[in-house]
Amino acid sequence: MIAHAIFFYIFSIIAVVSAVMVTVSKNTVHSVFFLILDFISISCLFIMIGAEFLGMIMLIVYVGAVAVLFLFVVMMLNVAQQKNQWFVSKENSNHIPIGLLISVIIFFELIIVIGGWKYKPDLFDQGNLSIVNDVSNTHSLGMVLYTDYIYIFQISGMILLIAMIGAIVLTFRQREGVKKQSYLKQISRERAEGVEVVEVASNRGVKIDD
Amino acid sequence: MIEIGLGHYLTLGAVIFSIGIIGIFLNRKNIIVILMSIELILLAVNINLVSFSMYLGDLTGQVFTLFILTVAAAEAAIGLAIIVVYYRNSGTIRVEEIDKLKG
Repeated sequence: MIAHAIFFYIFSIIAVVSAVMVTVSKNTVHSVFFLILDFISISCLFIMIGAEFLGMIMLIVYVGAVAVLFLFVVMMLNVAQQKNQWFVSKENSNHIPIGLLISVIIFFELIIVIGGWKYKPDLFDQGNLSIVNDVSNTHSLGMVLYTDYIYIFQISGMILLIAMIGAIVLTFRQREGVKKQSYLKQISRERAEGVEVVEVASNRGVKIDD
Repeated sequence: MIEIGLGHYLTLGAVIFSIGIIGIFLNRKNIIVILMSIELILLAVNINLVSFSMYLGDLTGQVFTLFILTVAAAEAAIGLAIIVVYYRNSGTIRVEEIDKLKG
């Protein structure tokens, strides 16, 4: 139990510090790296709490895909060297105290909700998908994901497909002056436009393209 | 303090959620950091769902965490595509200078 507590505090402190560093870091590339560190420590927490499938999926999806996508865009846009001008604004705007105030209020509201939470006594019996202890986490997720939640699963696949098509359509552009192969033109070429049969009179020669 | 319960995980989720909101409000640099703050907020929601799922013994929270993960990935892809197009058209993604909509 005490090892659980020690690891929880280590991982959560790393997660909170790296989340702070994501927002205050001067270099955008450093922000992305701290985001990766945050995802890794949170997925360690997930594995520790017993949701090992979600922890591994977090590692694959967030660290392997989303964070690398962020890194790719940051490096492609050449904004990594734009230094962060914290608390410096061109016009005198008062967004900083208002933002801090709203964030602190939201935080204390959440803490009040957590501290004052009383469970209904029959809440623990109401779960229709109760976790069985002799089946692994991945197995039990797979048992419900393709049966009870098959429609939502298909819809999430459609969401990913639409996101893929949308990203391609948004960033696609037709470049000028790029030579391309046109299969239709190649296949539909007729004999008449390819060769020309000419009668050659003897001792005269041929003059083409006149 | 030693006994790690549901409240510890929910507090961690609340802290990361608030840090994400602070990142959205206070950022003046570029809009990519705002997208990363949105990812932090979704991560906090995932922490809440998974910890409730494990402590209530109900698998539904983990299933919905999977779908939130899907939506977060799609949202990051679309948002970054929009940022790339905007940068190509106007040459900047500084939050202060994005004022084409006159907002």
